Amino acid sequence: MAGGMVKSENTNTSTYAGLGGWLILPTWLVIGFFLLLPVGIMLIYSFLTKEFRGGVIWDFTFAAYDQFFFDRGLFGDDPAKIEWTYIKIFWRSIWQAGIATIFCLIIGFPTAWFIATRTGSNRSIWLFLITIPYWVNLLIRTISMKFLIRDTGPLNEWLMSMGVISEPIHMINTNFAVQLGLFYSYLPFMVLPIYASVERYNFALSEAAADLYASRLTTLRQIILPTVKPGIIAGCILVFVPSLGAFLAPDLLGGAKTFMIGSLIEEQFKGNAGNWPFGAAVSMILLSLVLIVLTYYARQQSKAEQG
Amino acid sequence: MNKILKISASALAMTLAANGALAEGKLSIYHWFEYIPQELLDKFAAEYDVEVTMDTFDSNESMLASLKAGKLGTYDVSVPGDYMVEIMGSEGMLDTFKPSELSNFGNIMPQWVDVGFDNGRHSSIPYQWGTTSFSVNRDNYKGDINTTDIIFNPPAELRGKINVLDSQGELLALASLHLDIPQCTTNREQLKALNALVQEAKPYWASFSSDAAKDVLVSGDASVGMIWSGFSAKAREEGANVEYAFPKQGYVVWMDNVVLLKDAPNRDNALKFMNFLLEPENAAAVTNYAQYTSGVTGTEPFLSDAVKNSPESNPPATPVGSFVEACSQDVQKVYDTIWTNLKK
Repeated sequence: MAGGMVKSENTNTSTYAGLGGWLILPTWLVIGFFLLLPVGIMLIYSFLTKEFRGGVIWDFTFAAYDQFFFDRGLFGDDPAKIEWTYIKIFWRSIWQAGIATIFCLIIGFPTAWFIATRTGSNRSIWLFLITIPYWVNLLIRTISMKFLIRDTGPLNEWLMSMGVISEPIHMINTNFAVQLGLFYSYLPFMVLPIYASVERYNFALSEAAADLYASRLTTLRQIILPTVKPGIIAGCILVFVPSLGAFLAPDLLGGAKTFMIGSLIEEQFKGNAGNWPFGAAVSMILLSLVLIVLTYYARQQSKAEQG
Repeated sequence: MNKILKISASALAMTLAANGALAEGKLSIYHWFEYIPQELLDKFAAEYDVEVTMDTFDSNESMLASLKAGKLGTYDVSVPGDYMVEIMGSEGMLDTFKPSELSNFGNIMPQWVDVGFDNGRHSSIPYQWGTTSFSVNRDNYKGDINTTDIIFNPPAELRGKINVLDSQGELLALASLHLDIPQCTTNREQLKALNALVQEAKPYWASFSSDAAKDVLVSGDASVGMIWSGFSAKAREEGANVEYAFPKQGYVVWMDNVVLLKDAPNRDNALKFMNFLLEPENAAAVTNYAQYTSGVTGTEPFLSDAVKNSPESNPPATPVGSFVEACSQDVQKVYDTIWTNLKK
């Protein structure tokens, strides 16, 4: 058996010898065309001069970044102060995305655990049920959510007919509605990665822990969580990152009263502002933040694997 | 293998032939959402043997952005509002035509030919005009509604139940009317007052939305909605007990126009379509659908009674409405800051 393995490895090496660089070419083409090129264009645009009513002038400037970090008053000629407006918008988006991630984790982990502990065919049915809503476009699902939670919507009417409440609970156009929308939009991105790691979990370990007199809580903390941690972290990233840039939920469920990062960027391209370099700059700042978080996570991961 | 080759070759030939047959008969429209009845498009398609495609936008500014981002040259006609015609003209995004190229040019009402945004109508024809103010649900509020205080300084029972249009130009124009200051003012004190006004009014507003402006009134999510006249008429028809206001401080008047875009791939069909829309019967069909007013003579016999007598389409003699102005770059920069401050 061992001999066979070695032999086949030899064949592989000789067949593909010297081709390594070329074989990776398609990957580079895809990454280059769909990732590096667009990000590169954005980076360049963020340093260009804005043209009145959209478009750019090819003069390099830091004006867009200056606008982000420095406040020069309503007329742009006050002494520069630190601009808190955009930092607040970022902070609000991070906060909203964070809350949505926590709720996704609280609901998603038990759900994933439940599905992973079913028997074969049942498991597929549950997984299938999780994915069904995602056959419908995100926009439609968000609007449906708006219908459900409005003051005269079915949720309030049901609660009132049950006698639980006497006045409708005001949910639409609140932060709660935005978090609910984000939670609903991205829940499967939490369930599926956690499911994938729970599925590989060896339940004999739990039994062993029980045999050694570990309480259920200790088993969860010491055995289960460390084992499924990669799934949890992957789920959190998959929920947090798109929530950060979301603009459908804040616009439709939050009433578009306050900018989130996504709607701030959209406004620069679609609104009266027509400030493309600023939109590009905000995107670059957001991208850098996400990259820092992901890099930090990757380094922690590799440390954990080595240690 | 041979068979496959044959099939694909014939498929290719058929596609080419089909494209060849249709290439002459195409028209690509870039239009507002919910603004033209499908039957009218079908009628044009049948009459002129033209394949019509349409994309929609929800604000003048998003249309401009999309055309600037590379869509110019893919559409034949678009439907910008008055000030946007001027902007697109000055940006060189419009083609011109001679009045003689449209046999129905004479149907344009005289007062809509020599307009400030396209004097003599060399790039545009009138589509519909209407007004922007706000509507109030009469079940929830019985008082006087013909004042902009309803939006900017509302009575206690309407606070937190107001939707405003998510449209910088129209909202700041209405706010300027409320303060009785000129639009696009360069006076710093006036601009500061404008900024302060919208900041103070914001807590009274439940939401900013243009595309749901009608729905929030029909569903009852909002008791007051800043809205376009025709949309308010539609909300009323859909069962909302709303009344459209013509505030004493003034209101916004606008005219949407069909423009011939630069580098239109089907210029001839675009002109045919514009000429088609100047037929009184067709202009009336748009009015009956959208509930605004056309700028074409002779539409009366084709108008439905509901539209003819609609309170939204018959503004009082006074006060008169004002067109939204396109601000200079310096003032626009301040407007953008005010808008960002408002939404931060």
